[in-house]
Amino acid sequence: MEDIKVKERFNWPVTILLLLGLFTVLFPLYMTIVIAFKQPSEMTNNVVGLLSFPKSWSFDNFREAMRVTDFWRSLFNSFLITAVTMVISIVIHSLMGYAVARNMNTNRFYRFSYYYIVSGMFVPFAILMMPLVKQTAQLHIDNVFGVIVLYVVFYMPMNVLLYAGYLKNIPIALEEAAHVDGASTWTTYWKIIFPLMWPMHATVAVLTALGTWNDVMTPLVIMSGSGINTLPLAQLNFQTQFGTNYNLAFASYLLALLPMLIFYLVAQKQIINGVINGAVK
Amino acid sequence: MKSQNERKRTFLLIAIPILLLFFGFNTLPLLRGFIYSFTNFRGYGSYDWVGWRNYIDLFTDTRVGNSYWFTFKLALVATILINILSLIMALALNSKIRFKSFLRGMYFIPNILGALVVGYIFSYIFTYILPALTHAASMLASKTWAWVAIVIVCAWQSIAMNTLIYISGLQTVPEDVYEAASLDGATGWNRFRYITFPLIMPFFTINMVLCMKNNLMVFDQIMALTKGGPAQSTESISYLIYNNGMNGGQFGFQSANAVIFFIVIVVISVLQLRFLNKREEQL
Repeated sequence: MEDIKVKERFNWPVTILLLLGLFTVLFPLYMTIVIAFKQPSEMTNNVVGLLSFPKSWSFDNFREAMRVTDFWRSLFNSFLITAVTMVISIVIHSLMGYAVARNMNTNRFYRFSYYYIVSGMFVPFAILMMPLVKQTAQLHIDNVFGVIVLYVVFYMPMNVLLYAGYLKNIPIALEEAAHVDGASTWTTYWKIIFPLMWPMHATVAVLTALGTWNDVMTPLVIMSGSGINTLPLAQLNFQTQFGTNYNLAFASYLLALLPMLIFYLVAQKQIINGVINGAVK
Repeated sequence: MKSQNERKRTFLLIAIPILLLFFGFNTLPLLRGFIYSFTNFRGYGSYDWVGWRNYIDLFTDTRVGNSYWFTFKLALVATILINILSLIMALALNSKIRFKSFLRGMYFIPNILGALVVGYIFSYIFTYILPALTHAASMLASKTWAWVAIVIVCAWQSIAMNTLIYISGLQTVPEDVYEAASLDGATGWNRFRYITFPLIMPFFTINMVLCMKNNLMVFDQIMALTKGGPAQSTESISYLIYNNGMNGGQFGFQSANAVIFFIVIVVISVLQLRFLNKREEQL
């Protein structure tokens, strides 16, 4: 009895519409997969021929795409940039959030610092782009290191806002108790406050990682001509070499999408929670 | 007293290096961009001061004018479209459906994918799949329709994100509000219009502002789909600054363009926040 009642409450028409609607999400991915596995000779002019399953599921296109785009190097660079940016952001931005949150009510300097950094959110990359190209070249950091430094600065406004907001809900009494016991501010931070902020660290990690992993513009302008690629940048730089061999191109696109899709499969809940926390706070 | 000083010193030691870093790679380039905007710098070689020349030229340059027209048209249409569809999706995904978490998970996928690669995939759909089905020429090759293709690609990715924000908004509406409403006879559209929507107004504000800002800065999609063509009909402001400033020898001129673009973004964001906050207060 109980079972039937529960089932009756489902809104089936909406469920079915939503399942049908998945077509819009899945079609581009399906198309990418079948084209990536096909041979150029299988690319007919009619749609059915284009979208049918390949004759054989051979990985030749992927091997060739990996060779042409130097896949492992690009993957390594993307990984390095994303991971290092993420770690530095969590350390530096949480410290700044802490310094600001604990002082902005009593000290004008910190209140000013907070608004100064957060207002950086409105500065579009387009205006910083050209001077930054000059600046990174002059400092000889027009490389992976420079890109990481820029990301740490670009994500600072959002992350400091998030950390400072989160810290308002952590009572100051905890720190005062530690102080009475003779611990320094620095030790108190790492021993007590930093571990308390794990939910916010997860949010910052997800938002920063999604942004840096998929970004094209920053590495494009900073590292142009250096021969260093990130995974998305490689797709742009090898466009001409793919030519009209769409099978090779789509194999390469699929390879570029795969790491994030796998990550999403594994950490879906954390990613969705992170994005919600970031946007709603 | 000693511990008070220790605390102050630690905070300063944290804040000052970070502020210097932020100044060095955000404020300093901003100021330098502002200075370059008064020169005829080509990106290399020597340059002269030209005063307000670049700014005056901006307002008579048809290519710049077209890029502003295109970017605003795109941002406005995409933002409205994305928010309407996201609201509908959120209402559907928040109703009593089967496979709820599976469906929510699937519909979020577009948002985690890189915009450039998504652009390339859609470029193929617009160039080969759609023309084969409709027997019409590719949208991307048409001066009148290319911008619609870009709206579609932007929407495909952004709807995922905005839907998620609306869902978390809908979850803040307590169930008994609906029960009270149904006692008063409010159902369907009326319930949405007078009960649900006012309660999720703050989420509407966030979505409108974020979405508008992202769409105004559109770049990857242009790079992948049209590279500004056909006949410069889809050059976004960011793309024009990148293309002509970095490779076209207009470093100084495009710096002036970037300064105006910056002011435009700030003004629009502030106006939107003000207008939408006022509406929130009224409700």
